[in-house]
Amino acid sequence: MSENLETLHDASEPADATAAPGAPDPMGAVVAHVRGYLANVRSGEVGALPAVAGIVALCLFFGMAKPVFFSVGNLANLFGQGAAVVCIAMGLVFVLIIGEIDLSAGFASGVCAAIMAVILTDLGLSWPLAIGAALVTGTIIGLTLGALVVKLGIPSFVVTLAAFLAFQGIALIILKEGTNITIHDATVKAIAGGNLERWQGWTLLAITIAGYGAVQVSRWRRRIGRALVHEPLAVVVARIAALAALLSGTVFLLNLERSANPQIISLTGVPVVVVILGVLFTIWSFILHRTRFGRHLYAVGGNREAAVRAGVNVDRVRIAAFVICSGMAAVGGVVAASRAASVDPNTGGSNVLLLSVGAAVIGGASLFGGKGTVRAALLGGAVVAIINNGMGLMGLSAGVRFGVTGAVLLLAAGVDAASRGRGAIFGRH
Amino acid sequence: MLLELTGVSKRFGPVEVLSEVDLSIDAGEVCALVGDNGAGKSTLVKCVAGIHAIDGGSIAVEGEVRDISGPRDAAALGIEIVYQDLALCDNLDIVENLFLGRERRRGIVLDDDSMEQLAAETLDSLAVRTIRNLRQNVASLSGGQRQTVAIAKAVLWNSRLVILDEPTAALGVAQTRQVLELIRRLADQGLAVLYISHNLNDVFAVADRIAALYLGRMAAVLDAADTTQSQVVELITSGRSGSLGLTDTNGART
Ligand SMILES: Nc1ncnc2c1ncn2[C@@H]1O[C@H](COP(=O)(O)OP(=O)(O)OP(=O)(O)O)[C@@H](O)[C@H]1O
Ligand SMILES: [Mg+2]
Repeated sequence: MSENLETLHDASEPADATAAPGAPDPMGAVVAHVRGYLANVRSGEVGALPAVAGIVALCLFFGMAKPVFFSVGNLANLFGQGAAVVCIAMGLVFVLIIGEIDLSAGFASGVCAAIMAVILTDLGLSWPLAIGAALVTGTIIGLTLGALVVKLGIPSFVVTLAAFLAFQGIALIILKEGTNITIHDATVKAIAGGNLERWQGWTLLAITIAGYGAVQVSRWRRRIGRALVHEPLAVVVARIAALAALLSGTVFLLNLERSANPQIISLTGVPVVVVILGVLFTIWSFILHRTRFGRHLYAVGGNREAAVRAGVNVDRVRIAAFVICSGMAAVGGVVAASRAASVDPNTGGSNVLLLSVGAAVIGGASLFGGKGTVRAALLGGAVVAIINNGMGLMGLSAGVRFGVTGAVLLLAAGVDAASRGRGAIFGRH
Repeated sequence: MLLELTGVSKRFGPVEVLSEVDLSIDAGEVCALVGDNGAGKSTLVKCVAGIHAIDGGSIAVEGEVRDISGPRDAAALGIEIVYQDLALCDNLDIVENLFLGRERRRGIVLDDDSMEQLAAETLDSLAVRTIRNLRQNVASLSGGQRQTVAIAKAVLWNSRLVILDEPTAALGVAQTRQVLELIRRLADQGLAVLYISHNLNDVFAVADRIAALYLGRMAAVLDAADTTQSQVVELITSGRSGSLGLTDTNGART
């Protein structure tokens, strides 16, 4: 019987998206690579595309409506405005990947910021202790939420909705019924307010590009060495060059003078917060894509039963996701407190959570679980920050801004649901 | 004998789902396990997998009686199970699925390249030619390709016994044939295969021996070569066929 079965192979498989090892025609290999990418997009794997397209469109729109949008000062401003939300969104991505939600991340950041402020101001202790306490608080919050969801089986929606209310109350109590604590500590204020020297910016840029290039090229060479399917060299080089161009341009612009009165006070250099975001991005991306824990996060979000059968410690993975989320909320709280140079009961409140969830989803994380990257938080955070910044420049009221941001979040969730549908329709033949 | 079940019994509360089941499987052979809905086939598999504890009898692997108390024990003994509902993650690619839970690492970093290479070698050794791009998400695979991945996952670990619970239930004609061909190849490579199916054509296409369960009891274990389909149908539906099968019962349990 095996004779006639031999001939029964499915001949209609799609062609490989990437070049075969040692492809003779480099141009053809690049074309094939681009084609493979487009095929992925069509089948619903849109990845970062909507967010990048959104950023470009929004920049053009606001730049034409308000030319000051393109000023160097506003560019630096954007980073400061978006940083806290991006931090919280980075953490939320981990919870979204396992198919859960954390509605309390905003007020968790507020509680952590309040604890930092009290330790700095009321207790008069040093900044490492204060920031450390904020991060430990975030971790404990995450452990508690995670344990309630995982060990007791309460839906994360309910647990974190309850926590949303409770943390609001805790922040009020810590801040003695609503006093505003001003932060005087220079180091804490420098987190969101400080800038690097010009040479520091260029040095970091060189290190970043060299590091990224080395990782990319060594990976490419390793795959050739093992005779595995690999990208054309041109694509690898183009990717490195694109990153180098983008970052160099940013550093160049941020190194220009952006003070309104340069004689009185000079304002130049890459904001410290950009470096912090860059480091967090690198660390969390590494954990998500290059470690066993990251792989297990995706597995738990994709098919929890399969993860259990494969011997993954599902409970531990899920609790860890909540710990990371609340921990990053604490980081976001510290950044927000630093930017405002004060903490009040509304720190982390208002629309912070909505913007953070929106950032993650706009960037490409899925509310259905199984999907999401740290890059999503960064790109989606940029979209959210640009919308708020641009509408502010145009002098639109807070009401309109809330409405538009809500509409954008809905749009992103719609794209998420639609791309899921497309994947289901086109995925299985 | 690679796997030897002796007098295995299993009850859920008052219901005896398996009673005194004897079955042995040797390396290099495909043994088909047939029986009507509710006969206890899946339960028997779960007992071997360590998911259910047995209430009586013994399970021996290579002549040594073993106490299998979980999937990890089973895996350590070289027993891998491909479940009825495939345990694959749609959002992971083929290599990631194959190595899920047993990822290779260099230090703390995943060694994706060596995993991809080993995956390619394994699929090659199984003569799988229906899958070209190992980096595509499992969501984009056809039913037959998914089943192939699930089976490859089971043989990646130097396993000695692969148990497949209705692996072709949801497949079309051509894809069923691919999977049957793959099952045959596993046995030809020296693995023992326990294959559960309701489709007797498929069973006769690959099996060396056929074991028929009837209401939790082993009606007969026969060589496929000297058995006819109608005999097997009778064993499945009434527990006996001519001189074969259970002698003491006409369906009532003792
Ligand atoms: N966890 C359980 N608790 C109680 N009864 C069970 C349990 N699992 C199975 N049973 C019962 O055991 C009997 C055998 O079930 P089993 O799933 O092993 O049958 P099967 O032969 O695999 O049937 P099918 O061909 O439909 O898959 C059935 O009557 C079923 O209701
Ligand atoms: Mg069954």
